[in-house]
Amino acid sequence: MSTIDLETARRVAKLARIAVPDENLPALADELSQIITFMEQLNEVDVDGVEPMTSVTPMRLKRRADRVTEGNMQDKILSNAPDAREGFFAVPKVVE
Amino acid sequence: MSKLNTLTIAEARDALRKGDVTALELTEACLSAIDGAGALNAFVHKTPELAIERAKAADARLKAGDAPAMCGIPIGIKDLFCTEHVPSQAASRILGGFQPEYESTVSAQLRDAGAVMLGKLNMDEFAMGSSNETSCYGNAVNPWRRGDDATPLTPGGSSGGSAAAVAADLCLGATGTDTGGSIRQPAAFTGTVGIKPTYGRCSRWGIIAFASSLDQAGPMTRTVHDAAIMLGAMCGHDPRDSTSADIAVPDFEAALSGDIRGKKIGIPREYRMDGMPGAIEKLWSEGTEMLRDAGAEIIDIALPHTKYALPAYYVIAPAEASSNLARYDGVRYGHRAKLGPGDGITEMYEKTRAEGFGPEVQRRVMIGTYVLSAGFYDAYYNRARKVRALIKRDFEQVFAQGVDAILTPATPSAAFGLGDMADADPVRMYLNDVFTVTVNLAGLPGIALPAGLDEQGLPLGLQLIGQPWNEADLLNTAHVLEKAAGFVSKPAQWW
Repeated sequence: MSTIDLETARRVAKLARIAVPDENLPALADELSQIITFMEQLNEVDVDGVEPMTSVTPMRLKRRADRVTEGNMQDKILSNAPDAREGFFAVPKVVE
Repeated sequence: MSKLNTLTIAEARDALRKGDVTALELTEACLSAIDGAGALNAFVHKTPELAIERAKAADARLKAGDAPAMCGIPIGIKDLFCTEHVPSQAASRILGGFQPEYESTVSAQLRDAGAVMLGKLNMDEFAMGSSNETSCYGNAVNPWRRGDDATPLTPGGSSGGSAAAVAADLCLGATGTDTGGSIRQPAAFTGTVGIKPTYGRCSRWGIIAFASSLDQAGPMTRTVHDAAIMLGAMCGHDPRDSTSADIAVPDFEAALSGDIRGKKIGIPREYRMDGMPGAIEKLWSEGTEMLRDAGAEIIDIALPHTKYALPAYYVIAPAEASSNLARYDGVRYGHRAKLGPGDGITEMYEKTRAEGFGPEVQRRVMIGTYVLSAGFYDAYYNRARKVRALIKRDFEQVFAQGVDAILTPATPSAAFGLGDMADADPVRMYLNDVFTVTVNLAGLPGIALPAGLDEQGLPLGLQLIGQPWNEADLLNTAHVLEKAAGFVSKPAQWW
């Protein structure tokens, strides 16, 4: 059985950009371990020489001319922003 | 005429065209059924004014003789579909307040065909769940009960609101989406019909993404005939979705000949699971006999990698979800957490996502992050994609033997009680998808239809799996099975 320790759980939460309070880390590590253990059944399968699937319905992606198809809708794009100012999305200070 | 909201789509269409009923009357009947069904918590954003307006427009089209099949048909739309200026939040707090400036291709096609949207339907958050219990709106409730026992049951998930609404006659049809079984499992739990078409048949544009290589939209209806009509209006090539297939959409309704003589139906031995309830085993063999009686040839088949479908799915789907859900960062739409003094942009992301995502979504995003992280990518993600290729090959080999469709149970149990899985580990809930998830991994069309009741009076469904792009043939086989099973039960109205 695979086990995910507290440090790994903390690192995964950080990578996923989800704040997890320290007291919730043990439960999270447990749940993740259960799921990973379930996935490890895949190790029983002989996958030698098998290509990983990239597209379930083999198809050539359509091409089109590299031209702007839609645009000029700044108002619409900003209409759902939690904080929009002067035609931009506003976020907390990023650069010191 | 019976109560208008109980009509099938086919009946309503014919009555509308004959002028026996108006779209407005149909719509009003559904709106009043919805108002009386608050206890089901199926419709979570109601749009009655819009519905009345569209119904009047549909009546004008009908009068002018310009009426496609869905014209004037009142339907519900799963909350996963973006609908212009109508809340669309995938049952998640993180999209609270989001009102898209655009309409998903599928809902736009239905709208343009004259269908009347009654509102948005409950679902599991981001379509992650099998019981509609991860929704930020609270549980949707199954209109079916175990006899006189008032224990509230799940309508299944993730399209739980869609299934409950169709089963309770709140609308004539509804849209669903299916990533691992999210149309077919709720259909089976509610005695309704749900089809997931071939991957690429319906455009994914404007449908809030969960796992892009698996997601497909499809109709949820009361009959196979209705599924054929509604699916036809939802399909078609869309240049805005690069995975949308540029293949002509056949007339699905015209394909319902009722003749399946000489068709080869495969029965996969790997779907016979230990501990499967007797009622489901019985239903499956009865369904097999019905198809045989209708002139089909029954063949035992092997799909040897079936056992590995669920673990492969629970690598691939969370991996794709972790990537798709990275966009919910509190910047462009939806919820942003209140920040403390000194909080920077990282704190904004982390707090927003912790507040906005429920526990199951957080879990899957983190699993996906883990299997894609450096050092694990090959061991988990690439291995899962290889196993996926083998699962697809299993089906290809069976179809190459001349098998036209595969018959399986739709779910390993009937609807269970809301809250029953609260203390179970997450993997137990995932087992709900055991019969449906292979179909998504292989990109095939699959349909669930009601075929009987269990000893407690709950509906049970069978699943038919078809060849890629041959929904027409699949629907015809399902139509034959539906007729033979003669399922006519309805939930007794308690709400």
